[in-house]
Amino acid sequence: MSTELEELYQEVILDHSRRPRNFGVLEKPDVLVHGDNPACGDEIHLGVQFGGEGNLQEIKFSGQGCAISQASASMMTMKLKGKSREEATEMARTFHDLVTGEATEQSKSLGDLQLLQGVRKFPQRVKCAMLAWRAIEQALAQTAGEATISTEAEA
Amino acid sequence: MHQVSERSADWKALREDFPILDQQVHGHPLIYFDNAATTQKPRAVVEALRSYYEHDNANVHRGLHELSSRATEAYEAARARVAHYLGAVSADEIVFTRGTTESINLVAQAWGGKVLRADDVILLTEMEHHGNLVPWQLLAERIGARLRFVPVRDDGTLALEQLEQLLTPEVKLFAFTHVSNSLGTINPAAELCRRAKNVGAVTLIDAAQSAGHLPIDVQELGCDFLVFSGHKMCGPTGSGALYGRAEILNAMPPWHGGGEMIVSVTLEKSSFKKAPHRFEAGTPNIAGAIGLAAAIDYIEQIGRSAIFEHDAKLTSYAIERFAELPGVRILGPSGERGAIVGFFMDAAHPHDLTTFADQRGLALRGGHHCNQPLMRRFGLPGTTRASFYFYNTKEEIDRMIEILRDAARFFA
Repeated sequence: MSTELEELYQEVILDHSRRPRNFGVLEKPDVLVHGDNPACGDEIHLGVQFGGEGNLQEIKFSGQGCAISQASASMMTMKLKGKSREEATEMARTFHDLVTGEATEQSKSLGDLQLLQGVRKFPQRVKCAMLAWRAIEQALAQTAGEATISTEAEA
Repeated sequence: MHQVSERSADWKALREDFPILDQQVHGHPLIYFDNAATTQKPRAVVEALRSYYEHDNANVHRGLHELSSRATEAYEAARARVAHYLGAVSADEIVFTRGTTESINLVAQAWGGKVLRADDVILLTEMEHHGNLVPWQLLAERIGARLRFVPVRDDGTLALEQLEQLLTPEVKLFAFTHVSNSLGTINPAAELCRRAKNVGAVTLIDAAQSAGHLPIDVQELGCDFLVFSGHKMCGPTGSGALYGRAEILNAMPPWHGGGEMIVSVTLEKSSFKKAPHRFEAGTPNIAGAIGLAAAIDYIEQIGRSAIFEHDAKLTSYAIERFAELPGVRILGPSGERGAIVGFFMDAAHPHDLTTFADQRGLALRGGHHCNQPLMRRFGLPGTTRASFYFYNTKEEIDRMIEILRDAARFFA
């Protein structure tokens, strides 16, 4: 087994991909975002309920995709549940930096999600890790309704 | 190139003509099973490109000097070589393009734009590569034509029993792939052309996956257009051609305007050359055409029947071995097929599988293979694809099975 492969598919990541947490459909989401990664066919449906203070009270996702996209979504929902909009937005930015650039002091706030930095060695897989985060960024940008996002820019 | 006769090709020796295959990837010997995406290039082709650039490079058809004459001669000789390879009546029926996709766009714009009218029907199949789908969508949108599709059966073959009701007189064009790039299905091209002709429809065969893999004769196939890419048959990227029957080509207006394709130009108006030069505006990919001709020479020395037989044996061996793996579903027909095996493994998503394989030196393709509607038809997010060529070996397939077995264990 190559080291890169072991770094990419760490046991925690494989565990999340096999048994994704917060997987399912929210009955009454405030915001529902449908995301897809047309390059590989991964899709996510991310439902969010906001609490009284505007915090992320409930997050669930469904859809299908590779181990990286599933694990990233699963770990993200665990991490962001209960967070304020500002905290969640900040965390999404930190995660983006982690998988595309360098780990920083900030990255530590991501906890287990730091394990996903293995994708940096696999440039084609960064979008897999980012799909759920693109969806949550869109959800955070609105207070109600449905939206569609894609990891590829459409004209 | 290693000399071989049609029946007794020395496949191991041929492999040595491809220096790229002899390398380690991530510490393992490279196994290149992504031939449906692009094939590797033999030394003879690389050498033809080098020799052209080192000795003969000049622009074609205009310089009145020695190098230009040589370049023109080699370029037009390449056209004749392609014509002969496809069984065309004359070299004038061959237009050089960047490949399959550009060839189809040429036909859609020049032929389709002139001949098709609102409510005419363009018949395609559900298994078309995006390259033989999107150009027709764009055309249909522009002129108000309609698209219709021959469905694909569960076994990956075309639902021919529906052809009669689909091939109505409104069908003006039937464009279909010869060999499916994700199912491996070999379509009965001659029969499809014959039946299309019965209702007066023009036919186009997408030969991207067949041109370097099986014998092709446009007279026998009875098609009006046939398109292919050089890079999927040992030739350089950016090379390829459109075959069109002479009277159809000559009735088509130009599609790209510019130098090289005109007879005379005034500030207001131009008159155009006959086909094929009418469709080759600007300086063409001269080296690409010459490299393509070298690729054809190389393939013809082995023989397309011999290549087909070799690849068919390899493919059925692969399918046999796949059956040993747990939870694997293979797409496509169980009988004769092209050297393409698309599969889905319950244990792992195609992209995880492809990444895993790559780390062991095995180049597979994972994803939708430019076949999004077809993947939807089979209810799959994508597949993993192994595609072979004559330089691949049984030993490589054995190693692939080992790697996939490890992957199944790893991701399960």
